[in-house]
Amino acid sequence: MGSLVYFSSVSENTHRFVQRLGLEELGISVHRIPLRPADGFLRVDEPYVLMVPTYGGGNEGGAVPRQVRKFLNDEHNRSFVRGVIAAGNTNFGAAYCIAGNIVATKCHVPYLYAFELLGTAEDVTRVREGLGRFWQRQSSTKAPAQLSA
Amino acid sequence: MSPTGKLKLIDRVSAINWNRLEDEKDLEVWDRLVGNFWLPEKVPVSNDIQSWATLSPAEKLMTTRVFTGLTLLDTIQGTVGAVSLIPDALTPHEEAVYTNIAFMESVHAKSYSSIFSTLISSKEIDEAFAWSEANPNLQRKAEIVLEYYRGDDPLKRKVASTMLESFLFYSGFYAPMYWSSRAKLTNTADLIRLIIRDEAVHGYYIGYKFQKGLAQVTQAEQDDLKAYTFDLLFELYENEVEYTEALYGELGLTEDVKAFLRYNANKALMNLGYEALFPKEDTDVNPAILAALSPNADENHDFFSGSGSSYVIGKAVETEDDDWDF
Repeated sequence: MGSLVYFSSVSENTHRFVQRLGLEELGISVHRIPLRPADGFLRVDEPYVLMVPTYGGGNEGGAVPRQVRKFLNDEHNRSFVRGVIAAGNTNFGAAYCIAGNIVATKCHVPYLYAFELLGTAEDVTRVREGLGRFWQRQSSTKAPAQLSA
Repeated sequence: MSPTGKLKLIDRVSAINWNRLEDEKDLEVWDRLVGNFWLPEKVPVSNDIQSWATLSPAEKLMTTRVFTGLTLLDTIQGTVGAVSLIPDALTPHEEAVYTNIAFMESVHAKSYSSIFSTLISSKEIDEAFAWSEANPNLQRKAEIVLEYYRGDDPLKRKVASTMLESFLFYSGFYAPMYWSSRAKLTNTADLIRLIIRDEAVHGYYIGYKFQKGLAQVTQAEQDDLKAYTFDLLFELYENEVEYTEALYGELGLTEDVKAFLRYNANKALMNLGYEALFPKEDTDVNPAILAALSPNADENHDFFSGSGSSYVIGKAVETEDDDWDF
């Protein structure tokens, strides 16, 4: 089984979504990227799906939170990413959940799911079941270490 | 002005030091708001004049009335709403963010005037404003929100403000998204999309500050505030349904707008930290409206459902950050 790595700001929106997933019950471990550089650096040694909130939008950059960029800049961490899930708000128009597009493109992994804000009850069910199937399929087919485009 | 007639101001002012943050969200949101800054003069609304001429009289009337309603709400939020939050701020940086929000709401209100002056005669503008003065549901909506802004509960003020930013605007925002989906008034829609983007940051921030405040009060008070929030939502929703019928009934769009209202009501609740209220089947926004709002909000992002046969490799329109190492 793989794991889930996520980032959540002090608003805790993504954190609350992750808590509602109950992934540990499915045997999927969960790792949180530290809030600030001073809080240490997360190093991951197993395949994971990355869940990332999209910041802002518009043309100012910064859609992928800085701490997530630092986490993925680490080649070891990056070698284990297998997919991305993004949170956002459709109010940002074309930039809705664009952190998912950016990570999928840069890391050549599938963009698995997008949800808004805290996520609805249906989002929780779909992501929970989806991740369960995703990791079962990955382990049964012995997929290559990294999906490529 | 408070009911007693005294202008409420903060008691004491210390020089603001942005190098010593008590809540990092303040600087993050300030930076985002500044980065998103825009002015209506940059949007070529005059390119919509020909398109406007293709609308029927009923369609023009609906659209004009929608914009007077939005003007009223943005005026409230700019001159009363965001300003009323300043005395409750927990940090000087939070005060500064509210001043930014207040200013942008005034920019929004002015934007509608620039749309009006471009597309319609001053006689029609006056008639539309007269209609909005006389429409009981629009006035009721303004009254409900103003009542809480004048009240003495800082957390209820934030609830009302988040409802306005994240819910009450959307009966109006529907119209430009509807026109955009039909390739009409596309420049006007571009301008409204800038407003919609701003309101997302405002609703997120005020809702976040509500949650910070909520964490400081007793469980009993938390329970009261939750009940109050849902009561207010229902009261506002019933009023919005009637307002929607008044605006869109003749064009047969009421049910379509109502799904959009419920979808946004859920988002207002989420901004306040509460779970969505309306179930999925009641919030299925017309895909054309959703696509007009966000071209990136499509089914391709549900790899799990099996409906997307391949995964999406991004349309990364966002400016690339320079600290990626790969």
